[in-house]
Amino acid sequence: MLAIRNLHVKVGDREILKGVDLEVNAGEVCAIMGPNGSGKSTLAHVLAGRETYEVTAGDVIYEGKNLLGLYPEARACEGVFLAFQYPVEIPGVGNAYLLKAAFNAIRKHRGLEELDAMDFLPLVKEKLKLLDMDEEFLSRAVNEGFSGGEKKRNEILQLAVLEPRLAILDETDSGLDIDALKIVASGVNALRSPERAIIVVTHYQRLLNYIVPDSVHVLVDGRIVRSGGRELALELEDKGYSGVEAETQLAVATPS
Amino acid sequence: MSAVTHAQDSYLESFARFEEGAGGSGQEWLRSIRRSAMARFSELGFPTTHEEDWRFTNVAPIAETSFRLAEDGHVSPTVRELERFGFSDLAGIRLVFVNGRYEPGLSRLQPLPEGVKVGSLVHELTTDPGTLEQHLGRYADYQHDAFCALNTAFMQDGAFVHIPRGTVLSEPIYLLYVSAPTADPAITHPRNLIVAGEDSQATIVEDYVSLSGDVHFSNVVTEVVVGENSVVRHYRIERESAQAFHVSTLRVQQGRSSDVASHSLLLGGALVRNNVHPVLAGDGGDCLINGLFMGTGEQHLDNYMKVEHAGPHCNSRQFYNGILDGRSRGVFHGRIIVHKDAQKTNAKQTNRNLLLSDEAQIDTKPQLEIHADDVKCTHGATIGQIDEDAIFYLRSRGIAEASARIMLLSAFARESLGRMKNESIRKHLEGLVGQWLTSGKPLEETR
Repeated sequence: MLAIRNLHVKVGDREILKGVDLEVNAGEVCAIMGPNGSGKSTLAHVLAGRETYEVTAGDVIYEGKNLLGLYPEARACEGVFLAFQYPVEIPGVGNAYLLKAAFNAIRKHRGLEELDAMDFLPLVKEKLKLLDMDEEFLSRAVNEGFSGGEKKRNEILQLAVLEPRLAILDETDSGLDIDALKIVASGVNALRSPERAIIVVTHYQRLLNYIVPDSVHVLVDGRIVRSGGRELALELEDKGYSGVEAETQLAVATPS
Repeated sequence: MSAVTHAQDSYLESFARFEEGAGGSGQEWLRSIRRSAMARFSELGFPTTHEEDWRFTNVAPIAETSFRLAEDGHVSPTVRELERFGFSDLAGIRLVFVNGRYEPGLSRLQPLPEGVKVGSLVHELTTDPGTLEQHLGRYADYQHDAFCALNTAFMQDGAFVHIPRGTVLSEPIYLLYVSAPTADPAITHPRNLIVAGEDSQATIVEDYVSLSGDVHFSNVVTEVVVGENSVVRHYRIERESAQAFHVSTLRVQQGRSSDVASHSLLLGGALVRNNVHPVLAGDGGDCLINGLFMGTGEQHLDNYMKVEHAGPHCNSRQFYNGILDGRSRGVFHGRIIVHKDAQKTNAKQTNRNLLLSDEAQIDTKPQLEIHADDVKCTHGATIGQIDEDAIFYLRSRGIAEASARIMLLSAFARESLGRMKNESIRKHLEGLVGQWLTSGKPLEETR
């Protein structure tokens, strides 16, 4: 579904991604782990189309298309969704309004009829239940005055409503208490399907106890230094990033 | 400067001709006010940017244009021609003025509740001037304000509304001021007087439109006298042509426990000055001053607020939002004056601005003059650009960039529009703002 090849990305003069290679298949849950400043969030934003990042080399093929050639809105319409680490507050724009506008923009792109409020509302209410969210969320302005946990849950609500093919969760777990974490994880798990891929970007192993990944990749200093199965996450928990990084360097220096 | 002096002389000449035939000229009190206002204008001349109140607005284009008093004989528009200006869903009274003169054929004076008087000022001046003598020219300051002096010298027609004690008008009174094409640049001096008796309630809408792109100048003064415990909602909509000059003064005299809201929407005009001057004269009055100004091209939109707290225990809240695009320039000058006896005043002022282009400009200036010691006054101003993080967030949800921009600007505009409580008026204004947003640069700017 997604193939990232030799991706180099700069912000200003600073190179952040230094040749990332990654394959994600439909049906897969892929965890990208790494220490602060390793480039995890950059990778997530580049996939969503943030223009402040400059791609200097490499390419990203999504469902056979050149993803980097698409505007952010076109990527969303093609089924890419980024759950933000820091969701943006938008005063004056209602949550329900945004959900419906986004939902219909994507439907329109797919040649489907737009839903009116009467048909849309029941659909949203069902998703709210899934995330144990109150209906009053819908009438509030997007993320305005939301607590950290509410913002994260709101991202997952959008995810649940928009049903993307490729979901990228950027540190959706950070700052969540265990109850909120479980709710968010169950919301994500409900979306697991053979047609959908989920990339979970996280600093901590904890989330992966609830969203069990099929593959784990360790990103350090703009490169993926280790890839493995679920057990790699546990090893990281045990040894820390520096331990894994040291081993990797050792492995590179003295090939066995 | 000689062009300006010449222009002032021509106003004097024009006044001499006007005064003879002007409606109500037989009445001494009116003659005297007109004359003293004319004399005052001659002394004051047009303001310059050296004056603090006009620091950000240069009226030379007005001073240097030779205007003629709009006269009768223009071709009046038909009801159909006015339809495009909308507001057709307002069921109440509608007065239409074309080039400053009342047009009975385009107006509708029904349904008129018992005791309410609504009509043309000149008609009232010639038939029943009692109430007028008591109020006309008593509040608007023609001693210090040149435009007000000029209006007062040439005042003749406009709307007169008198709501008797205890009367509640459920429908807004809609006043439409149409500028029809003239051979030379025309000047009009609409003069409105609204008198709301004790315990009464009314909503007044002033709407200024142009039928063509001609240069013209609307120099407006509206005096509103609000009796004890009365509620008045006033709306001013400026949507004249991009060549129009517009200076208007809303002067509100508030009695005890009265409740007033002034709402402005400035979309049109080349050079616009919007003066809002409430005086909270009685105890416990409340005043909301709410506005939205949206400029593009070379427009200059100046909002000058002068909120005077003269009585104790009064509240005033000013909220003005500006959206400026192109090379347009906006001004918000918010004066709050708290007089010595106006203890327990609570006055608030907020001006928020969005600049959509590098060349758009805003000058915002709070000015607090507080002579009482037990008061609460706050003010704040912000100037910013559209939030690019929010744009990206919306785009990442599948919303096209142009729509995302319009969504954010609409939300910003709705802060102001949301304070307008009359639903049919608000909906109409939301429509006007929506048109501005979709036809203006926010859309062009995008791919």
